Amino acid sequence: MIERRFIIGCAALLALLSTAASAAAPAAGASLTIGVLQRADDERLDPRRVALAYPFQPGGTLMAAVAMALKESQFQLDAARLRVNIEAREVHSADEARSGLQQWTRAGMSAAVLDLPSAWVVSASPAAGMPLFNAGDSADATRQQACLPQLFHTLPTERMRADALGQTLLARHWQRVLVLHGPGADDASRLAIVQATIKRFGLKAAAVRPFKRSADPRERDLSNPLLLTGVAAIGDYDVVWVVDSDGEFARGLPYRTALPRPVVGDGGLVAEAWAPHFDRYGAPQLARRFTHAAQRPMTSVDWAAYMATKAVLQAALEDGAAPSASRLLKSLTRADFTLDGFKGVRLSFRGWDHQLRQPMLLSDGVGVIATAPVEGVMHPKNVLDTLGTDAAESACKVAP
Amino acid sequence: MRPLAILIALAGLLAPHAGALARDSGLAYITSERDNAITLVDLKSLTVVGVIPTCKRPRHMQRRNGDAQLMVACSDSGRADLIDIAQRRSVGSVPLGDDPEVFDLSPDGKTAYVSAEDDGALNVFDLTVRSQRGSVVVGKEPEGVRVSADGHRVYVTSEVANMVHVIDTATLQVVKNITVGTRPRRLAFNADGSELWVTNEMGSSVSVISVKDLSVVATIGFEVKGMRADDITPVGLTLSRDGKTMYVGLGRANHVAFVDTATRKTQQLVLVGKRAWGLGLNRDGSRLFVVNGLSDDMTVVDTASAKPIKTLPVGRVPHTVVVDD
Repeated sequence: MIERRFIIGCAALLALLSTAASAAAPAAGASLTIGVLQRADDERLDPRRVALAYPFQPGGTLMAAVAMALKESQFQLDAARLRVNIEAREVHSADEARSGLQQWTRAGMSAAVLDLPSAWVVSASPAAGMPLFNAGDSADATRQQACLPQLFHTLPTERMRADALGQTLLARHWQRVLVLHGPGADDASRLAIVQATIKRFGLKAAAVRPFKRSADPRERDLSNPLLLTGVAAIGDYDVVWVVDSDGEFARGLPYRTALPRPVVGDGGLVAEAWAPHFDRYGAPQLARRFTHAAQRPMTSVDWAAYMATKAVLQAALEDGAAPSASRLLKSLTRADFTLDGFKGVRLSFRGWDHQLRQPMLLSDGVGVIATAPVEGVMHPKNVLDTLGTDAAESACKVAP
Repeated sequence: MRPLAILIALAGLLAPHAGALARDSGLAYITSERDNAITLVDLKSLTVVGVIPTCKRPRHMQRRNGDAQLMVACSDSGRADLIDIAQRRSVGSVPLGDDPEVFDLSPDGKTAYVSAEDDGALNVFDLTVRSQRGSVVVGKEPEGVRVSADGHRVYVTSEVANMVHVIDTATLQVVKNITVGTRPRRLAFNADGSELWVTNEMGSSVSVISVKDLSVVATIGFEVKGMRADDITPVGLTLSRDGKTMYVGLGRANHVAFVDTATRKTQQLVLVGKRAWGLGLNRDGSRLFVVNGLSDDMTVVDTASAKPIKTLPVGRVPHTVVVDD
C-alpha cells in the first residue's frame, strides 16, 4: 500500500492569516482529521488524459480543493480553536480501500473524502465508522447499492446530469432527440438513464444509434458523424444527444452533423456540477480562488471535493464540541443542515440516499449557458429534487 | 424648504452647473455592472434619461462631498470614480485596491473602508492623500461594510466565514468576530444606532446585533406565500426615514419585506422584480427604489401604501441605487 501523508499543520496557515486571527489563536483546542482516499495509478489523472480536459472529467487530484476549503475556513476554525489535519492515502484495490478505512476508523479519523471507482465505494464504505463523502463517482448505482447512513455524495449523479439536460431541451422545445451512444459498459448504463429522462420529460427519441471509433471503411456507418446524423434513415430531429463516456467522439461531433442541429450530452452542451465562467452568486470568486491555489480551472470533481470538506468543517463548527465522528454524523444528518455551494440556493443532503441536491450548470465548455432546474419546473417539496432519484423512486432510504 | 435647498435652488437659477453646490438633481442613479455605467432615471417621469460612463464593473455607490458627488467603486478597475452630479461625468478617481466591492466612509469623509473580495481583507484608504493606510485580514469574501456614527468602529461581513467582524478604526484590530447566519451580506443600523441588522442570504434571515454587547440578540425569519424558504435570499436592506421600518430585499423570493423595527415582525410584503437586492429611498422616504439584479430592472414602491408604482429597465446587472430628489 502506498501511503502518502501530508499533514497540513495549522502553524503555516496561521502565519498566512495572522493579524486578525491572532485574537483567537488556538491554544489547546479540539482537533479533527479528515482523510482523503484516492486510487493509486489513476488513469483519469494521466497528464495526457487530463490535458484533453473532456467534460466532467477530473482536472487533477482533488487534494487542491480539499486544501482550499480548509484554508478558507481557517478564520472560523481559529476562532473556534479547532485544529484540522488532512491525511491523504492512495489505494490499489477495493480491499485496500476497505482496510484503509478500517484503520482510519480505529485511529479515530473524523471523516473521509473518497475519489474511488463505484465498486470500491460500494465494498469499502461499510467498513467505515465515520462520515464518508463520495466526491469522485457519479454512478446512480453507487447511491443505491451502498445505502449507508455514514455515506454522503457531493458529486451529482448521471441521472441528475441527464435530467438537467432533459429539462433544458424541454424549455427550448427541442423535443425530437437523436441519441448516439458509445460501445462501453458505462455507455450502456448511461444510455438507459438518458432514455428514461427522455421519457420522463415527454421528449421523443427520433432514433437511438450506436457509434464506434473506427477507421475501418466497412464501419463507416458507425464512425462517420455525417452518416450517423443523416436524415435519410431517421428523419428530422431537433438535437443530438451523445453518450460517450470516453469523450473523444463527442468532442468531434458539434458542427459535423448532417443537419445544423445542436449537440448535447458529452459534447456540445454538458451538465456539470461546476464550470468556469459562471458569473452569478459569488461563483467568480470561488473560481478565482481555486485557479489561484491550484493553477488550473475548477472542475465538477474539484467542486464536489470542496463541498465535501466544507460539509465536514461546517458540521464541526456548528456542533461546537469535540468533533467526534458520531457527532459529525449527527450534525450532517440534521434536517436543517444546509451548505453554500456558490450556486445561488441552499444545498442539502437528501434524506433518502444522502445525495447533495444542487442546481446543475449547463456549459458549452466556454461559458455557462443555462442552469437547471429550469424555470417553471415544479416539485411538491424542493425543486432541486426534479434532478435525480426522488424519494418515492429510491430503493435506498437511510433516513431514520 | 430648508435653507440649504433654497440656496441650491437659487444657485441653480443663476448657474445651472454650479459644481460644488449641485444636488436635488431629480434623478435616481443606478450602477450597472455589465455596462460600466450609471443609469439615470428621472424621478418624475420614472424613465431613463441618460447614462454616465464609469470605471469597469461599477457596484457600490455612495454620496460624497456634501452630496455634490457620487463615489462609485469599480470591482474590475481597482478604484472608485468620483462623479460630479451637476456635470454628470466622472471628475476624478481614487484607488481602492484589488476587487473592491462595498465600502463605507468615515464620518469626516476622508477615509474609505473597502471590502476586498479576493484578498479576504478590509482595506483602508486615505482619500485625501489617495493611498492605502492599512489592511485588516478578515474571513473570505468580505462584503457589507458599515462605519459607526462616531467613526470608532467599522463592521464588515464575511460571506464565507459567516461572521460580522468588528474592527476598531484607531488600531485596525479585530475587536470581535460575531457568528451570524449563512452568507451574511449587508448591514444597516437602526435609528439610534444601538442595533446592527445583517442580512443572511443563504440563511434566509436577518440577524440583529446589539452594538453594546456585540452579540446577536434576534434572528428574523421570513415567509412569503407561494415561495419556499430556500428562495428567500435577503441581501439589501435600508432603514425608513422615520426609523420605524427596515426594508429588506428578499432576493430570489422577488419581494421586499417591510419589517417593524420595534417588534421585528414583517408588516408588508411587496412584489418586485427578480433577485431584489439593492435598495434606496428618496429624501422624504415616500418612495423605495428596489434594484432587481436578475431581471435587470428597478421597481419603484410607494412606501405608505406598500404598492409597486412602476418597474423600469435600468441596464445590465444593476447593483446599487442612490436617489437624489
